[in-house]
Amino acid sequence: MRRQIPLALCFIAGLFMAVQYFIPHPAVQNTYELLLGWLQTLLAFAFLLGTVSLIRMHFHKIRNRADDRAFSWVTLLGLLGMIGLGFIHPQHQLPGSPFNLMFLNVQVPIEATMFSLLAFYIASAAFRAFRARTLEATLLLIAACIVMLGRVPIGDLIHESIPAATQWILNVPNLAAKRGVMIGVGLGMMATALKIMLGIERAWMGGSD
Amino acid sequence: MGTLIWTTIGAILTLSVYSFLYKDNPFYKFAEHLVVGVSAGYYLVIYYYNFIDPNVVTPVFQLRLGDQPIGFGSGAWWLALIPGLLGLLLYTRFFPKVAWVARWSLGIYVGGYAGLGISPVMQARVIEQIGANALPLTSVTNVLIVIGLLGTLAYFFFSMKHRGILGVFARTGIVFLMVGFGASFGYTVMSRISLLIGRVSFLLHDWLHLV
Amino acid sequence: MNVFEKMLAIDRRWIFLAIGIAVIVPFFFPLGLPVVVTPPVEHLHEAVDRIHPNDAPLLLSIDYAPATLPELEPMAMAILRHAFERDVNVVVMTLHPAGYGLAESALLQAAEEMGQEYGTDFCFLGFQPGTSAVILGMGVNIATVFPEDAYGTPLSEIPMMDGVRNYDEIPLVISLAGWSAAEAWIYYARQPFGQTVGAGVTAVMATDFYPYLSSNQLVGLLGGMRGAAEYEVMIDRMDKGVQGMDSQSIIHIMIIILIFAGNIAYFGARRRKKQEEAEAA
Repeated sequence: MRRQIPLALCFIAGLFMAVQYFIPHPAVQNTYELLLGWLQTLLAFAFLLGTVSLIRMHFHKIRNRADDRAFSWVTLLGLLGMIGLGFIHPQHQLPGSPFNLMFLNVQVPIEATMFSLLAFYIASAAFRAFRARTLEATLLLIAACIVMLGRVPIGDLIHESIPAATQWILNVPNLAAKRGVMIGVGLGMMATALKIMLGIERAWMGGSD
Repeated sequence: MGTLIWTTIGAILTLSVYSFLYKDNPFYKFAEHLVVGVSAGYYLVIYYYNFIDPNVVTPVFQLRLGDQPIGFGSGAWWLALIPGLLGLLLYTRFFPKVAWVARWSLGIYVGGYAGLGISPVMQARVIEQIGANALPLTSVTNVLIVIGLLGTLAYFFFSMKHRGILGVFARTGIVFLMVGFGASFGYTVMSRISLLIGRVSFLLHDWLHLV
Repeated sequence: MNVFEKMLAIDRRWIFLAIGIAVIVPFFFPLGLPVVVTPPVEHLHEAVDRIHPNDAPLLLSIDYAPATLPELEPMAMAILRHAFERDVNVVVMTLHPAGYGLAESALLQAAEEMGQEYGTDFCFLGFQPGTSAVILGMGVNIATVFPEDAYGTPLSEIPMMDGVRNYDEIPLVISLAGWSAAEAWIYYARQPFGQTVGAGVTAVMATDFYPYLSSNQLVGLLGGMRGAAEYEVMIDRMDKGVQGMDSQSIIHIMIIILIFAGNIAYFGARRRKKQEEAEAA
C-alpha cells in the first residue's frame, strides 16, 4: 500500500505518457491533455511545498532562539509582506503596483547582484587556481584564452585570425565534444526515466518504510 | 520622486551585497535573507494567480471556468477538484504519521514527467545528433568532427579498459573534451562579467545618472 | 619570500578592486570598438525578418530570472524592437515565475517606445508552470494552456490571437532562457510539432547549443551579452549589449593576464623551492 500503490501509479502514468505519442486515437489524446493539466497542477503545488518548508525552518529558528534569529524575522517579514501586497492589493499584477515595485527594486537587484559576485571570484580563481599542470589543462587554458579574446571586439582588433580561430573552436572540437556529451547524457536521461517508471530507482519515495 | 526612492532602495541593497567582497557582515546577511523571503512570496502569488486560482480554486469554489458557470458536481468541477486534492496530498509529508500518502501524488508526478520526456529526448539528443554527425568524410573539418564525437563517446565508455584502439580513441576524446571545456570556460568568464556590467550600469546610469 | 611567493600571497581583495575599476572605467571612457556579427545571430535575425507583418505572430518566451537579466534582457529588447519595427505581431509568455515581471517590463518598455497597441500588435499571456506540459499543450491548443492573457482577457477577445490556435499558426518561437527552457522548446515543440525554434541563452550555456545549431534543430542562436550586442548591430540600435562590450574587452584581457601571471608565479615559486631544496641537500 505504502510503496506498491505509488510505484504502480508511477509506472502507469509514465507508460501512458510515453506511449501516447504513438497513439493518435481521440480517447488517448483527450486523456493525455487532461493528464498534462494534472501534471501542471501537481507541479504548482509541489513548488509551493518549498515555501512551506522555508516558513517552518525559520519559524523553528525563531522559536528555538537561534543566534541569527533576527535574520529569520527578515525572511518571514519579507515573505509575508509580498504575500500581503499580492493578495490584498487589488491591482497587484499591474506595472507600478507596490507588488511589482518590490519585485523590481528589491528582489531583482539583490538576486542579480548576488550572481554578479561570481565575476570577482572567477578573476580571483584565474590567478590562484587555473594551473597548466598537465597537457590537458594547458589545452583547456589555451582554448579558453582564444575564445575569451575572440568573443570580444578587441580580439577582432588585434588580428582577424583570433575570431576565426574562435569560430573554428566552437564549430569543430567544441561541437564534437558537446555532441558526444549530449548523446551520452541523453541516453542516461532515458535510462533514468525508465528506471523511475519501472520502480528500480526509488529515491523519490524517500522514507524507510 | 517615487522612482528615485525605489531606485535608491535597489542601489543600497546592491551595495549591501557587494560589501561581502570585503568581508561577511550584517548588511549582506540582511539582503540575503530579505531576498529569500521576498522571492518566495513573489513566486507564491504568481503561482496562485496564474494557475491555482483559475484552474482549481475558481472552478471548485466559485463554480466558474473563466467566464462560464459550471455546475456543482459536474464533470468540469470534478476535473478541477481531483488534481487539486492530489496536490494537497503532497503536503501530508509534513505530518510523519501520514507522510506516505504524499507518495501517491509524487508517483503520478514523477512517473508522468519521466514518461513524457523519453521520446522527445531520444529524438532530440540522440537520433538527430547522430544523424547530424553522419557527415561525408570529404573535408578535414568533417573528419575531425566525426573523430571527435567517436573519441568523446569512447572516453565515456567505462565498460572496458581504455586499451588498444579504444584507448587511442579515448585519449583523442580527451583532447576534444578539453578544448570544448576551454571554450565553455571562456564563455563562462564572459557570462559572469556580463552580470557585473549589468549591476554597474544600474548604479552608474539608473541611480546616479553619471553616464 | 621571493617575488613569486609574494605574488601568490596577494590578498584577493586587490584583484576584486582591479576588476571593479576595469568594469567602471569604460562607462566613462568608452572605447567604441566595433562588434562583428557572426552567422548564428544573422540566421536568427533572418528568421525574424521572414515573418510577415501584421500576420501570424512571433512567439517570444521570456524565460529568464533576475540572475541572468544583464545578458538576456538586451536580447529581449533587441528582438522586440526588431519585430515592432517590422510590424510583426508578438505574443510574449514565460515559463519562469520570475520571468513574469521581467517579461512584462521589457515588453511594455519596447511597445511604448515603438508605439504599439496592446491586443492588436502584441499581447502578454503571463506565466504557466510545468515547462514540458505547457509547451506540449500549446502544440494542441494555446487557449487550453492560456485561456486568458495575463490581465484576465480571454484569448478569444484579443484581436491578434484570432485564428491562432497552435504552432501551425506560429512561424517562429524564440526562447530567451538561462536554464533548460530553451532545450525544452527544442524537445517538446520542434521535435513533435516541427515548430521552428530560435534561442537566446546565457554565455555559460551557449557552447552546449552548437550541436542543435549544426543539426538545424535551432534556426539561430544568441549567446550571452555578445549575442545581444550583435543583434543590436544588426537592427542598428545600440543599447546595453554593445555598451557592455567595452568592459568585456578590458576584463577579458585582464583575466588572460591573471591566468598567465598566476601560472608564472606558481611555476616560478615551485622551481625556486626545488632549487633551494637541492642546495640544502
